[in-house]
Amino acid sequence: MQRYSGFSLVKHALSHHENWQRHWRNPTPKKRYDVIIVGGGGHGLATAYYLAKEFGVTNVAVIEKGWLGGGNTARNTTIVRSNYLWDEAAQLYNHSLDLWKGLSQDLNYNVMFSQRGVLNLAHTLQDMRDVQRRVNANRLNGIDSEVVTPEQIKEIEPALDISKSARYPIMGASWQKSAGVARHDAVAWGFARGADALGVDLLQNTEVTGFKIRDGQVYGVHTNRGDIEAHTVGCVAAGNSGVLAKMAGFKLPLESHPLQALVSEPLKPILNTVTMSNHVHGYVSQSDKGDLVIGAGIDGYLGYGQRGSFPTIEHTLQAIVEMFPMFSRVRMNRQWGGIVDTCPDACPILSKTQVKGLYFNCGWGTGGFKATPGSGHVFAASLAKGEMHPIAAPFSIDRFHTGALIDEHGAAGVAH
Amino acid sequence: MFHIFCPYCQEYREEEEFHPSGQAHLVRPADPASVSDEEWGDYLFFRDNPRGIHHEMWVHRLGCRKFFNITRDTATYEILETYRMGEQPSITAANAEVRREQGVQTADGGWQTVGAQPENSRLNEETPS
Repeated sequence: MQRYSGFSLVKHALSHHENWQRHWRNPTPKKRYDVIIVGGGGHGLATAYYLAKEFGVTNVAVIEKGWLGGGNTARNTTIVRSNYLWDEAAQLYNHSLDLWKGLSQDLNYNVMFSQRGVLNLAHTLQDMRDVQRRVNANRLNGIDSEVVTPEQIKEIEPALDISKSARYPIMGASWQKSAGVARHDAVAWGFARGADALGVDLLQNTEVTGFKIRDGQVYGVHTNRGDIEAHTVGCVAAGNSGVLAKMAGFKLPLESHPLQALVSEPLKPILNTVTMSNHVHGYVSQSDKGDLVIGAGIDGYLGYGQRGSFPTIEHTLQAIVEMFPMFSRVRMNRQWGGIVDTCPDACPILSKTQVKGLYFNCGWGTGGFKATPGSGHVFAASLAKGEMHPIAAPFSIDRFHTGALIDEHGAAGVAH
Repeated sequence: MFHIFCPYCQEYREEEEFHPSGQAHLVRPADPASVSDEEWGDYLFFRDNPRGIHHEMWVHRLGCRKFFNITRDTATYEILETYRMGEQPSITAANAEVRREQGVQTADGGWQTVGAQPENSRLNEETPS
């Protein structure tokens, strides 16, 4: 792999940038691998990368039915934060945030991680109590969260309407300074390039159509390009996880919903940070290109169509205009949807299953992007050792029968 | 945006008047105290979530405020029928025409493949390695 540097930029300039190496190979599937990852999104590629880099498992295939990073990795609103309430979730997301900080250097690929902070607004007394509780819990877990007043909010984000006459006046917020945004596609491409350089086969346009299971042990997958064998298979397929589980003969406590997002026309810099509100229910940040990146709630019905209904978009924009009245005449450029796999407790599933050797990493629902490196790292550790990593262990699928749920509906940015 | 036929009002109304309320035909265990943790967890949390034909409950919350059921395709979003509570669906995954083409209609009228091929039980059969 050619390393990217200022020097390489100058060198390639001499040949008019015509000889840059391809990011990754396009290999033919081998008959047998040590580990198969089903799903070539951010989490799947991160899993493959850390498997090869940290745990020395390089005979790995990533099987993707479309193209790399073309699902929710390409469709999210790129927010990275770790201000979750419960210890288990806080550890998982904070582990991820720690990896984000050095990710560009680690991958030798600029993921444009920008720690511009995130505000979670409170509009009622109960919101304030929730914010204070969450901030206290965060600080006990070593997360740099703090409670800020409307005046401090105005300093952080002058465009916000903090007037008392607002329909839902802002009473305060939690502020995580180390949170931010990253370039979503670069994350997938960086992990893919890193994994490929370490010998991982990235198999695009390859669709898993079934699992090979004998005596309760998985030993491979059927694909549209022939059978591929491996005794360890990790499924990281987001909205399509339920379909895969059905092929393997069991159910997951997931529901796949459409989640929509949209971007405006590019504007001059106006937003300094990421602003989220659970109460009026919307979130917005500004990309480096200048467009406002906007999201809100899921469509309440099940849907695999990567599109939702218009009333949901209307509610989203109502929330944004409530927070930022000056955006009322901004025109929206593009709108799209993804399939999010929501879990009943708004926390993911990182788990062994009833089929030996078959692992699932799913249920990230509406907030998986921020966890990409952390999820990949702990899932890779679990696949390599055959035992769930201590950070991943509480997210077992068993919790829906034991009752040890991790209820993060309050910290999730999207109600569901 | 859905245009939904309310089986009680007997007319088509816009989606905004309705609210989806999850999988239809769930049966609460008759004696919750006597079921196992597995059965209770399954009842509370595990849903069908199919790609394809799905029976789901909706409420006409800004209309007659009654609950009713819809049979809908979760890949194409096509509403196949609506029927009252207590009634059984006439279209099910078993009797519906097998949709080989597992895709969705795109906004411009084209056809886009979005997922796995039809779940085929034969694919899970054991084959010698």
